[in-house]
This record gives sequence, structure tokens and C-alpha cells, in this order.
Amino acid sequence: MPAPDANAPAPAGTVLELTVSNHPGVMSQVCGLFARRAFNVEGVACLPLPDAAGEDGGGGLSRIWLLLREDQRLVQIVRQVEKLHDVRATRLLPGGHPVFSALAAHLA
Amino acid sequence: MPTLTGAEIIVRLLERQGIEFLAGIPGGANLPLYDALSHSRIRHVLARHEQGAGFIAQGAARATGRPAVCLATSGPGATNLLTAIADARLDSVPIVCLTGQVPSPMLGVDAFQEVDTYGLAIPVTKHCFLARSPEELLRIIPEAFRIAASGRPGPVLVDLPRDVQTGLASFDAWPEPGLPDAPPVPDPLAVARAASLIGQSRRPLLLLGGGAARSGAHRAARLLMERCGLPAVSTLHGLGCAPADHPLNLGMLGMHAARAANAALEECDLLLAVGCRLDDRATGRMDRFCPDAALVHIDIDAAEIGKRRATQAAVAADARLALEALAESLEPAPRLAWRVRVTTLGEQWGLRPPGLDDPRSAYGVIAAAARAAARTDGPDVLVATDVGRHQMRTAQVWPQVRPNRLLTSGGLGTMGFGLPAAIGAALAEPGRPVLCVSGDGSLLMNVQELATAVEQGARVKILLMDNGCLGLVRQQQELFMGGRTFGSGFSARADYVALARAFGMPAFDLAAAADPETAMAEAFAAPGPCLIRCAVEDEPHVLPMVPPGGANCEMICQEAGTVETITAKEAAHACA
Repeated sequence: MPAPDANAPAPAGTVLELTVSNHPGVMSQVCGLFARRAFNVEGVACLPLPDAAGEDGGGGLSRIWLLLREDQRLVQIVRQVEKLHDVRATRLLPGGHPVFSALAAHLA
Repeated sequence: MPTLTGAEIIVRLLERQGIEFLAGIPGGANLPLYDALSHSRIRHVLARHEQGAGFIAQGAARATGRPAVCLATSGPGATNLLTAIADARLDSVPIVCLTGQVPSPMLGVDAFQEVDTYGLAIPVTKHCFLARSPEELLRIIPEAFRIAASGRPGPVLVDLPRDVQTGLASFDAWPEPGLPDAPPVPDPLAVARAASLIGQSRRPLLLLGGGAARSGAHRAARLLMERCGLPAVSTLHGLGCAPADHPLNLGMLGMHAARAANAALEECDLLLAVGCRLDDRATGRMDRFCPDAALVHIDIDAAEIGKRRATQAAVAADARLALEALAESLEPAPRLAWRVRVTTLGEQWGLRPPGLDDPRSAYGVIAAAARAAARTDGPDVLVATDVGRHQMRTAQVWPQVRPNRLLTSGGLGTMGFGLPAAIGAALAEPGRPVLCVSGDGSLLMNVQELATAVEQGARVKILLMDNGCLGLVRQQQELFMGGRTFGSGFSARADYVALARAFGMPAFDLAAAADPETAMAEAFAAPGPCLIRCAVEDEPHVLPMVPPGGANCEMICQEAGTVETITAKEAAHACA
């Protein structure tokens, strides 16, 4: 496997950062919503939050980063995401997020 | 410190939640829950198909406004529930669905009657849970009721693996029952902006939806109509919010509206949309909906605001609280010219359905049933419909005296809704009859629930409009498919009077009744269920009608099917 290329261009787009409950159905809830509302997701990254271990030891919260194309429907899809009960917090990052630059390096 | 099985915990939590009855069907994966239920005071209603159980719960929830419960086993039990759940989602009805599931260690191995219920439920529920331990139920069950009833209501599903039902949990104290969150209050700045736009408008129009009905916004709406010269139109679920015979109430808008209602939409310069989602059956072609109007949108669900059309002002809050705040902010305004214009529209282009005084005709029988029901039960009657021409006729001519009295599948348009929903409503409001207006196509889709109605002694009165075809489909074929009525006729006709009697339900044919209205009144007054068949083979089209995909201002108003443009803007601008 070749080493990631640190100089690969960062993918363009807005990043929607979500803090979600960490259980097996959450990715399905979030990604399914985008599919149902016919809104494209360009990239996905997800990790459990280390400081938020739940009572069952399985990790209480996770962070999901979604790379999205700017679109006039962005506000609408963010409002729909905010309605999901497993989504605890949302943050829009119009400048993107380094997690996707790091991921893109693996494609180069 | 109580130690109980998961199934016992669920039943005790349902009792603490105030649940008096629930509908369902037992099977292998929910038997522990059923066993615990056998020791409970909660009444179990054995449906004959899980979709029936789902709609029985919906009928109870729609009649009372409170969450109701249905049960199903895993696999086919759960998949059979899905249509009723999707229906509840689109019409914002609070139900809690408890499904059995294969034991946790068997999940994912294609066990007998295993299906990914959680995965199937995601797109059609407001929220769903997969319980992982008996302890977790103490949190999940109250939370399911809280979520179902809070904000914009909706269905919640809890999938219950068998080992979670049989496993033991010890705990210190029972959790509080899950109650709805306090309704979101309107932001004063948003209300001020909305009030300012309405204050400046010359021809404002109020659009009342299911959210207005559910939140109890009708009093504030009536106040605004009178004080500010705000005429009103309603969606299917908003009917009953505006006073029935008020000259400023133009009735339902959209595909089967009176011409007057759609003309007012065309002429208004501001639309105050309250508790509605501006769906396509109501708006017609969106780019030609209310072409001259600013949109002020009030909805409890912030995601509805701006979803279909950009707003000039918006209040994301409970409809009643928002309308009351608006009523306080707005100065009285006569808007005499606009009042006169709307009154004229109503007189000129109000609904004039054919055959209203013939109690054996498609429209007349509904009017006669309404009079007969009022004779036994007062004017405030619960009526459930199925989906089709009889549904639109009921919406057009049933005298809507109060909100939330018309139980109908609006968003999903599910044939088969009517009978089980009426059973649920009758069980939730015992002591008064619930009328179920249905068609032969719709009735057949959940006909097995005739048995449930008889078994429960539910006071459901089915008015069956029997035309031997899928009427609304046939109407579209006649109007838009060159008259080719393919695949929509029933060449094998059932004898529905005999069918009802075979289930043990009294039934009669209206054609044989000397005085149809009196025969119906006697049937409504009797205890238990009853089926009344009315032949309507020669029924006219449901008119007016906006062709699907068309603009609201272009309606078919005559049997011949020609599209007429109903605008009269010159007259409107005279009241500027």
C-alpha cells in the first residue's frame, strides 16, 4: 500500500459536523436521511468521542463529519438532520475540515 | 428494589402511562410480552392483520390526541405494521409500536421470522429503538411516549428482542411516565415581523392545517378572521378550525376545493399558513401557487419552513401560541373591500355538489348520514373515511363543526385506513357512534377487521359506497387517460350485506329502506357495529378537480372535463 500523499488537494465543500449518540443504528439514521431527501454526501468520516464513554462502556457519543456540496437546500437538510433524536449537536464548517484532506491523501 | 422481567416492565410502564387498551397480534417473538399482558388491566384488542392493529392505534390517537399503542411480532408482523406507521408519520399521529424480535444472539443470522425491523422503520418513524437490555426499557419506553407526543407528533417504534422481554432487571424506582415537552413558544421578534407584514397587507388569507387543529388554534384563528378581515381556507386535516357557515370560510383548498377557495388563493397578497406543510395536493403547481402573495409560515417543525417555498416571515412554534401572539399584536382591520370580495367569491363559486337532497346519491347519502348522526349524537360526530371519491365527498360536504373530528389518511392516502381507524376511535370514545365512510375498494383492503369490530362490540357504523370500481382511479382514467378505464373495475362483485352478516355484523341495503335517513339514524343509535350499503354505480365525478401536476387556478368544473381558468384578478385589484 503506497504512503498517503500529504500534498493531495483538500476536497472542496462544506462540512457538517455532528455529535451523535453512539449506537449501531446511528450511521444508518444519518446517511439514510440524506439518501431519502435526495441530497448528495461527498464524504463521510466517523469516530467515537474518547472523552464520552457511556455507562455501558461502549462510548456514549460519536462524531460524524459529512462533506457536502453547497446547495440552496443545505439549510433544509441541516434542519432535517437536527430533528433526528440521536443527533445531539450540529455545526456547519463552510471552510471544510482537515479530516477530509487526510482522507483524500489516501486516494492520491 | 423490584426485580421483574423485561415484559413485565413494559406492561407496568404502559399502565403507568395511562394506556387503557392496545391492539395487536401475538406471535413467537412477542409471546413473553403477551404473557405479561394477560395479568394486566389493559384491554387487548386482537386485530386480524397487523396493519389493522396499527390503524386501530391511529384511530384512538387521532380521536384523543394522545399516543396509542399497537403490538406485532417479528418478521411479517413487523412488516405488516409498516404501512400504518408510514401513514402516521405523514399525518403526524402519535403512536407507539412495540414489535417482537428474535433473541439478541440470533440477530443477523436470518433466523425464523427475522427481519431488520429497526432498519425498515427508520425512514417511516419519527424515531425508533432497538432495546438491548431489560434495564434499558425503563428509559426507552417513557422516552418513546415523550418523543411520539412532543413537538410535531409522530410514530415511534421499539423493537424488542425476545431475550430482552424474558431477562430480569432490578431497579430502584419506576421512571416518570413520558409526557410531551412543553410546546415551543413563539419568538416575539418573529411574531412582530409577521404581524407587520399582515398589517400592511390588503388581501391576506389564512390557511389552516392539521397543526392548527391539533394545537387548538381554532379559537385564535376565528378571532383573527373576525377582527382582521382574514378569510380562511383549510387543508383536509385543518377542516373544522374555521367556523362551518362563516362567509369568510371558503373551505378546503387544492385539488378538490371549491373554485372560490382556489380563486382567493390566486387573489390574496399574503398567505398566513398555519400548521401545514404546503403539500402538492393542497398547493398544486408550486411555482404558480399564490402568485402575488407574501408567505408567512407558522409551524412547530422548523424544517417545514422554507421547505417548499421561501417565506417572508416565519414563526417556528406551536400554532395556537403563535396565533394568539399574532392576535395580540395585530390592530383590528376592517378590510371591507376584501371581505366583500371573498363573500362574493363564496356566493358565486361555492361548492354546489349535485344530488345533495337525494339520500341515495353519492353526495346526498353523506349529507343524509350527517343529519342522521346529528339526530342521535349531536352535530359533533367523529367520522373516519377511507381513501377515494367518498373521502373527497365527505371532506366537501360533511358539516365540520369542530377540528379533529374527521379521521382520514391525508398524506399517505392509504386505502384500508377507515374501518380499523373507526374501531380505534370508537374504543377510545365509547358511548358514541363513529361513522366510517368507505368504498368497496377501500373496505376490501382491511375487510378482516369486520371481525374485530364485532368481537369488540365497537360502535362503528360503516357507510359503504359501493360502485364496483376504484372510483378515483377510474375518474383520472376518464379525465386524463383518454377514457381507457383499464384495471380499475371489479367484475366479481361481492354482496357486502351478506359479507358483513357472515362476520356477525348487522347490515342492510339503503335501497331497501323506505326512509334512508331514518333507517340510518336508527342504525347509528343502536349499540355495536353495523354496515349500510349504498349503491353509487352512476356517481358523478368528484368536482371541481385540479389535474394532477396542474396549477390550482385551473380546475375542471364540469363532467365534460374541460379545464377552466378561475382567476378574476381585475375584480381583486378593485379592492386594493
